[in-house]
Amino acid sequence: MIIIGERINSTNGKIRAAIQSRDLEALRAEGTLQAEAGVHYLDVNAAELRDEEPASLAWLVPFLQEVSGLPLAIDSPSPQALAAGLAVHQGRALLNSITGESERYRGVMPLVREFQPRVVALCMDDRGMPRTAEERVRVASNLVTGLTNAGIAEEDIFLDPLVKPIAVDPSFGNEVLDSIQALRRELPRCHITIGLSNVSFGMPKGKWLNRAFLTLAMGRGLDSVFCDPADQHLLAYLRATRVLLGLDEFGEEYLEAARAEKLAY
Amino acid sequence: MGVDLRALYEAVSFGKAQIVRQLVQQAVDEDVPPHEVLNNYMVPALQEVGARFERGEAFVPEMLIAARAMQVGVGILRPVMVSGGGKPMGKVLIGTVQGDLHDIGKNLVAMLLQGAGFDVVDLGTDVPADKFIEAVRLHSPDVVGLSALLTSTMLKMREVINGLENNGLRGQVKVMLGGAPLSAKVADEFGADAYGRTAFDAVSLVQQWVS
Repeated sequence: MIIIGERINSTNGKIRAAIQSRDLEALRAEGTLQAEAGVHYLDVNAAELRDEEPASLAWLVPFLQEVSGLPLAIDSPSPQALAAGLAVHQGRALLNSITGESERYRGVMPLVREFQPRVVALCMDDRGMPRTAEERVRVASNLVTGLTNAGIAEEDIFLDPLVKPIAVDPSFGNEVLDSIQALRRELPRCHITIGLSNVSFGMPKGKWLNRAFLTLAMGRGLDSVFCDPADQHLLAYLRATRVLLGLDEFGEEYLEAARAEKLAY
Repeated sequence: MGVDLRALYEAVSFGKAQIVRQLVQQAVDEDVPPHEVLNNYMVPALQEVGARFERGEAFVPEMLIAARAMQVGVGILRPVMVSGGGKPMGKVLIGTVQGDLHDIGKNLVAMLLQGAGFDVVDLGTDVPADKFIEAVRLHSPDVVGLSALLTSTMLKMREVINGLENNGLRGQVKVMLGGAPLSAKVADEFGADAYGRTAFDAVSLVQQWVS
């Protein structure tokens, strides 16, 4: 399970302010908190800074890598901003993200070729937000073809079926779960990831929905997640689910976590 | 014993569609003026849900079931209002601007507006400026609602407003903007009439403009 820490996101007002004012202590705290929780990547998003986005990423990326010792998921819809972040990233970054939308695809693909990062591919194209598993598989297959032609191995592609808020439509949960299962079957070598907290947007006590949804999604083949690693219960569910799905052989990691008091509640 | 319109208010605000159906039908049977039922009880009930939502006491699903209950009631009232020669309730043209495929917020607004009794023409997502302008000519709406989720696509809203201006249509419509990157300040910069922070704001704005 590849965990990507989602906390450094400029849509959060506090983070935006910290980036704007270069509050290094606040950002360091976010970086180390997530690193200590055991994430594999730190997501970094400065898109809300608009014109200042590329310049912000240019200093945020080395700073966060230094404080966390981790590779980053560089999160932007803008090719210019992605380029600014990728150019200063040490080691192999996770580009977040490419889609099948023609303009975005054309803008991002040259960066894929140049930097050869791992890539998050959102299952949407010019036809809009997908509604079924079939649409997602169709878009994902096209993206995987394009990305592998650009030199990215399937193992380095993270397909995101796009989670929509359950508050808006009760069918959105099954829609994504069925999509995960279909993607896992059709594109078995790719990773499948989701922005977990999208599912609970607009609902009270969203963490419960996030935890339950993570478990369900892992049962269908999810093997990566964008989430808030500060939620210790979520990480405990994740570890428990891995045992139950036979992904943590002999429960070794679970037992280790239990001894390290990481499963306390 | 006349219809209990206070109970209708409660039923709408808690999204009880069956009770709404029953009470609105009773009001119609008793010749209560439909505008009174709608404007004095049902619409304020929807606004009450909006106020609860603002205070964090109600959540999106509750706003949807309230809108559904409204729609059931409006469905009964509308034919009575039309046959009674009442003025039409107002038309809203809505869409997500070009380059932006996000529709959840826009759909919520459309649903609530329909619930509140307005005609809604939904152009969908990724709508170019000239399509908005053509649709304003075709449908003559009272209000145009523009939605965008992305900072980058938000700029297209200005194009739509300028287009309305250049085609001599700006005076005929009110323009409201909504979406995550928007603010009252940005709406003002773009030359819109108003910014709506929540879907309920959109309903309040349209009511204010149309009545």
